[in-house]
Amino acid sequence: MPDTLTPVLTSDWAEDQSWKLATYERGGGYRALRKALAMAPDDIITAVKDSGLRGRGGAGFPTGMKWGFIPQDNPKPKYLVVNADESEPGTCKDIPLMMATPHTLVEGAIISSFAIRANTAFIYVRGEVVHVIRRVQAAVAEAYAAGHLGKDIHGSGYDLDVVVHAGAGAYICGEETALLEGLEGRRGQPRLRPPFPAVAGLYASPTVINNVESIASVPSIIGNGADWFASMGTEKSKGFGIFSLSGHVAKPGQYEAPLGITLRTLIELAGGMRQGHELKFWTPGGSSTPILTGEHLDVPLDFEAVGAAGSMLGTRALQIFDDTTCVVRAVLRWTEFYKHESCGKCTPCREGTWWLVQTLTNLEKGVGREEDLDILLDQCDNILGRAFCALGDGATSPISSSIQYFRNEYLQHLSEGGCPFDPVASTLFAVEGVR
Amino acid sequence: MTQEATGLGDATYAELREIAARYPEARSGLLPMLHLVQSVEGRVTPEGIEACADILGLSTADVSGVATFYTMYKRRPVGDYHVGVCTNTLCAVMGGDAIFERLKEHLDVGNDETTADGKVTLEHVECNAACDYAPVMMVNWEFMDNMTPQSATQLVDDLREGKEVRSTRGPRIATWREIERVLAGFPDDRVDEGPGAGPASLVGLEIAREQGWTAPAGEASGTTGSPADSAAESAALADTGRAESETRQEEGHDDA
Ligand SMILES: Cc1cc2nc3c(=O)[nH]c(=O)nc-3n(C[C@H](O)[C@H](O)[C@H](O)COP(=O)(O)O)c2cc1C
Ligand code: SF4
Ligand code: FES
Repeated sequence: MPDTLTPVLTSDWAEDQSWKLATYERGGGYRALRKALAMAPDDIITAVKDSGLRGRGGAGFPTGMKWGFIPQDNPKPKYLVVNADESEPGTCKDIPLMMATPHTLVEGAIISSFAIRANTAFIYVRGEVVHVIRRVQAAVAEAYAAGHLGKDIHGSGYDLDVVVHAGAGAYICGEETALLEGLEGRRGQPRLRPPFPAVAGLYASPTVINNVESIASVPSIIGNGADWFASMGTEKSKGFGIFSLSGHVAKPGQYEAPLGITLRTLIELAGGMRQGHELKFWTPGGSSTPILTGEHLDVPLDFEAVGAAGSMLGTRALQIFDDTTCVVRAVLRWTEFYKHESCGKCTPCREGTWWLVQTLTNLEKGVGREEDLDILLDQCDNILGRAFCALGDGATSPISSSIQYFRNEYLQHLSEGGCPFDPVASTLFAVEGVR
Repeated sequence: MTQEATGLGDATYAELREIAARYPEARSGLLPMLHLVQSVEGRVTPEGIEACADILGLSTADVSGVATFYTMYKRRPVGDYHVGVCTNTLCAVMGGDAIFERLKEHLDVGNDETTADGKVTLEHVECNAACDYAPVMMVNWEFMDNMTPQSATQLVDDLREGKEVRSTRGPRIATWREIERVLAGFPDDRVDEGPGAGPASLVGLEIAREQGWTAPAGEASGTTGSPADSAAESAALADTGRAESETRQEEGHDDA
């Protein structure tokens, strides 16, 4: 039984000058790269398959299997694209990782590129985080200077270039095919699939797209072995992951633990809820995953159990709200986000999110009738499964789940003609007992 | 379109070409090129659009279409300091809404407007991947963690008075144009400023250290039974609609 917390990716974040190559190498960094370069690329793919690593960007697709889809008989160049767009509301793990230890990501990108036989890799970082971009740029430059990147890496005959690319503000560019459009210098609108990125991705060439945390996990798997990774986690959700606690807990922050830890344990570690308040609702994996409540404190946070509880593990973005928070206000704000970020390509999402905001705005103000809740659910039905990409589906999650658990709170807005909550009470700077 | 006719000099043209040359296909440089245009011009200007179109062999309509899609590209001049207040749900609830209201009042501007002295452009922003530091502000895309209405007004006052201001995670705040240049891929000298991580990023690690908790010791590489040997099996593992549809799609191509 592994320990409650298992820092691997986060273990060096507190080191002095943690972002420097020298610091990283002192801690054993780039040893896995040398080991990997002595392996057959297919054996690396096998090791990642055997480890059970599943994508950390939200969907949980098995990483090794994704790499195995790259058609190696295709004569076109192969590409690795690291998805560092981290924009799903609540998600805040990739950004601190890249700021603290960007070399973990760079080493992972080199090993992963070698495995899929790519000679060019891209790290697509959202643009709104300049200090993170500096650290990644510098890490790539240091890796070139040390011979970890460039031509004939450590005499292996393998060449790799890494390009750091800053995005320009668009949540949808986290969706992998929209990201490719952005990386090709176009509007970030998702692509029709097929063809799939593994066959025709960047520049219509075979492309693997993986999340930062997925790629950063690779050096530890190669260094310590697939068994080591698989010794953590649950039966079908192997390994460790960074759990991001935010909101009304005493100590919000990053907690790296085997998959399957519960929110009850995490809240205990985080010093409990804010003094004098109780848990009301939470997101297990970002705003696109249906909200859960206090009844779900003991759900193991792995892909299967959170799914069985009616939500999704997503990005392990645990946004915690206490009893001072108005769920209608929270849901309206998320819905406004989806409306703003809808790329406009398909009607169900473009028009649907607009209608959702209209209906919710009225409800929040206490304007409307009880039947409007059914209209809202109907509108969700018209989006879910009909939208072109998962952004549209995600937009419906907070609405349908909040009506499921807090129907009465919506009705209370109608009966009281407005919001019954005091927004000041839920702020960080609210003085206890003083309104 | 000749270079002389634009406000952009030869040096900028050379740098725009340099960006395009980083990529296997030049058009991939467009996003960073537009960042560079903003660093020189203070916004995306018609001249900047023409320069990008010229270098990439695109129409100005194509480039415009891209520039208008992304929120970081601005058509109106931005002040020296772009001040973003996160008003996505978590930050809004934790105080972001109150901060944004206070700043609008204090600066006498609306959303996406610039103060009369041209110093500060105020905008509400979406989740900036720092929710564990809520309420979060961004100044020229540097983190300002755990803000209050009071610390926020102090911050903008300091910026307007030209005092040296630092991100709560270390680096000195540069001007918006200087930062746009970094985003275009031309690093400045601030990478080593500040720590590796802010305090919230380290709370789990600190608890693990206190408790003596670690990951298991590493072993030699070996293999276990793979938890997912086929795409179908992994689809059964996948808990999300997103994963399922991605799995179906990947499988589809596998059959093809
Ligand atoms: C609207 C939307 C936004 C997304 N944002 C991100 C993101 O910011 N980062 C990320 O890694 N994946 C994001 N994804 C998931 C990606 O499409 C993709 O599944 C992921 O990058 C694959 O990497 P993984 O298998 O390593 O998780 C997003 C998906 C959607 C539909
Ligand atoms: S679902 Fe929304 S974001 Fe996705 S393609 Fe349709 S309009 Fe664009
Ligand atoms: S909600 Fe503000 S940083 Fe995430």
